Amino acid sequence: MIATLVFYMFALFCIISGVMVVTSRNPVHSVLFLILAFFNASGLFVLAGAEFLAMLLVIVYVGAVAVLFLFVVMMLDITVAELKQGFQTYLPIGAAVGLVFLAEIAFVGLSWTMAPSAQSNIQAATQADGQNTVLLGHIIYTDYLYMFQAAGLVLLVAMIGAIVLTHRKRTGVKKQVIAKQLARSAKQSVELKKVETGRGI
Amino acid sequence: MAMAEVPNLIPAMPEIFLALAAMTLLMLGVFQKAETADGVLRASRLTSNLGVLSLVLALALVFTVSGGTLVSFGGLFISDPFASYVKVLILVASGFTLVLAQGWLERQGAHRFEYAVLVLLATVGMMMMVSAFNLMSLYIGLELQSLSLYVLAAFLRDDVRSTESALKYFVLGALASGLMLYGMSLVYGFSGTTDFAVIRTAIAGEASIGLLVGLVFVTAGLAFKVSAVPFHMWTPDVYEGAPTPVTAFFAVAPKIAALALFMRVMMGPFGDLAAQWQQVIMTMAVLSMAVGSFGAIAQSNIKRMMAYSSIGHVGYSLIGLAVADVSGITGVLVYLTIYVFMNVGAFACIMAMRRGGRAVEHIFELGGVAKTHPGMAAALAVMMFSMAGIPPLAGFFGKLYIFLAAIEAGYYIIAVIGVLASVVSAYYYLRIIKVMYFDEPGVDPLDSPLPVTITVVLAVTSAVIVLFFAFPSPVIRAAEAAAQSLF
Repeated sequence: MIATLVFYMFALFCIISGVMVVTSRNPVHSVLFLILAFFNASGLFVLAGAEFLAMLLVIVYVGAVAVLFLFVVMMLDITVAELKQGFQTYLPIGAAVGLVFLAEIAFVGLSWTMAPSAQSNIQAATQADGQNTVLLGHIIYTDYLYMFQAAGLVLLVAMIGAIVLTHRKRTGVKKQVIAKQLARSAKQSVELKKVETGRGI
Repeated sequence: MAMAEVPNLIPAMPEIFLALAAMTLLMLGVFQKAETADGVLRASRLTSNLGVLSLVLALALVFTVSGGTLVSFGGLFISDPFASYVKVLILVASGFTLVLAQGWLERQGAHRFEYAVLVLLATVGMMMMVSAFNLMSLYIGLELQSLSLYVLAAFLRDDVRSTESALKYFVLGALASGLMLYGMSLVYGFSGTTDFAVIRTAIAGEASIGLLVGLVFVTAGLAFKVSAVPFHMWTPDVYEGAPTPVTAFFAVAPKIAALALFMRVMMGPFGDLAAQWQQVIMTMAVLSMAVGSFGAIAQSNIKRMMAYSSIGHVGYSLIGLAVADVSGITGVLVYLTIYVFMNVGAFACIMAMRRGGRAVEHIFELGGVAKTHPGMAAALAVMMFSMAGIPPLAGFFGKLYIFLAAIEAGYYIIAVIGVLASVVSAYYYLRIIKVMYFDEPGVDPLDSPLPVTITVVLAVTSAVIVLFFAFPSPVIRAAEAAAQSLF
C-alpha cells in the first residue's frame, strides 16, 4: 500500500519536473528541474529493488552530468525567447504527432502480453540473493566481461574523438619543462651582492 | 558464489587482436616526436601502414578461427561461417579505404595519426556487430562503430562542410540509436531476455502487438544504419560533406556490417516472424530502389550521386533479405562482395579527381578524362558498367542472384521492379562514361600522374570486377555456406 503510494508520488513528480524542464523560461530552472527528475527516477529504482542503479543515477547524473549542464547553461548566453522562436508555429503539428504516438503507446501498453517463458527467463537471470551491488560486481567482471571491455573501448573512442576534434597546438604558451629547470645552475639564478652596512640596497 | 570460468577467447581473436593493435598504434602515434611538420607526417604514415598491416593480420586470424559455429562469452558473442564471411568483407573494405586515405589526407594537408586508429576501432565495432548474439552486444558494437564514424566525418575539423555533415550524422544517428533501444526494451519486456536464441524460443512464432512494435522500432534503427528509404535523408548530405576517403569508407564497410547485422537479427531472433517483417522489408527495398535511381539523376556532385547509388544498392540487397531463405541471403552476400570492389574502385577514381592541387567533385570535371587519363577513365567505366549491371561484369551477377532468389520464391513483382529500377539507374551511371569519353576536356586537365596507391587499387578492383565471371564458384560456395549457418 505504502509502496504504491510512494511509487505514484515519485512517478508524478518525475513527470511534472520533466514537463517543467521543457517549458520553464529560465534555462537554469530547467536544469534544476532536470535534477529533480533524476532524484525521483532514482527513487523509482529504489522501489524496484535496484538500489545500486539508484545511487549511480544520483552520483553520475546529478553529481556530474547535471552540474556540467549547469556550467554550460551559465557560460553560454542563451536567450530562451530566441530558442523558443517557431515553438508556436510547430506546436500544432508537434502536439498532433505526440498525441498519436501517445495513443499508440497506450494501445500497446494496454494490450501487453508476455511470452509464456518470460517469467522463467527473468528468474534465471536474477536467482541469486544478496545486495545487488555485490551481485553486479560478481557478474560485470565475469559473465559480462565482453561488454565491460567493449564499453571501455567506446569510452576510449570518445576520448580520442574529443582530442582529435578540439586539440590544437598553441604558440606562446608557457609550459613547465622540467629538464630546463633542472639544468639551471645556482650561478644562473642566484646573484650575491655585497650590501654595505647601514645603506640598504 | 562459484568461481567464474575464463571465457573462450579463441572465437574473438580477430577482434581482440585488432583492438590491441589500435591501442598500440595510438601509443605509437602519441609518443612520436610530432614537434615538426615532418614528424607529424612520419607518425601518420607509420600508423597508417601499420594499420593496414594489422587489418591484414586480422584477416588471417579470421581465416584461422572460421569453420564451425562457436558461441562464447556467455552467449554474447558468436563466431560462425556467416560472421567470418562478412568479417572478411569488412576487413578488405577497411584495408582498401585506409590505403587510399593516407595519400589523399597528405595531399590535403590533413594527415594525422588518429585517422588509422579510428578506422581500426570502427572496424572492431563492425566485427562485434556481425558477431553479436545478444541485443546488448549488438548495441555496444553498433555504438563503437558509430562513434568512430562521427569523429571521422568531422576529421577535417576546419572545414565547414565536414563538421556540418558530422553534426547531422551525429544527431540523426543518436536518434536512430534511441529508437532502436526503445524497440529492444519492448522486445526484452515481451521475452524477458536479450539473448537471441532465447528470444527466438520465447516468441515461438506467435506475435503479440507489443513485440511487433518493438520489432518495428529495431527495424527502423537498423534501416537508418543501412540508409534504407525512408531513413535515408542523412546519406547524401553526409556523403557530400565528409572528406572523400571517409565517404569511401562509409560507403563500404559500415554498410556491409549493418546489412549483415540486419540479416542476423531478422533471421535469428525474429526468424519465426518472417511473415510479419517481410512486407516491411519489401516496402523499404522498393522505395530504396526508386529513390536511389531517380534521386541520383539530378545530382551534379559525384559524391552525392554515389550516395543515391548506395541507397539503390541497399534496396537491391534488401530484396534478398525480404525473400528470407538460403538463396536470398546467399544473393545478398555475393552482392555485397561485388559491391565492395565496385565502390572502392569508384571512390579511388573520385579521390584521383584533383585540379591544380585541389580536390574537385563535380561530374563535369571528368570531361575528356579519357584523353588525358585513359587508364583511370577505363577503370571508372568498368565500375560504372558494373554498377549498372551490364554483363559480363561482376555487378550483373550480384543482381542476377538476388533477382533469381526472388523469382524462385515467387516474388515476381519485386524482381520486376528491381530490374526496372536498375534500367533507370543505368542512365546516370552511363552519363559518367559519356562525360569522360565524349565531352570536351576543361581548360586544364586533372592532375597527373595518378598516385601509386590509387593506380594499384584501381588495377586490383578492375581485375576483380572484370574477371569475376570466370571464377565465381569459390565466392558463391563460401556465401552459400555462410548463409546456411544463419538458419
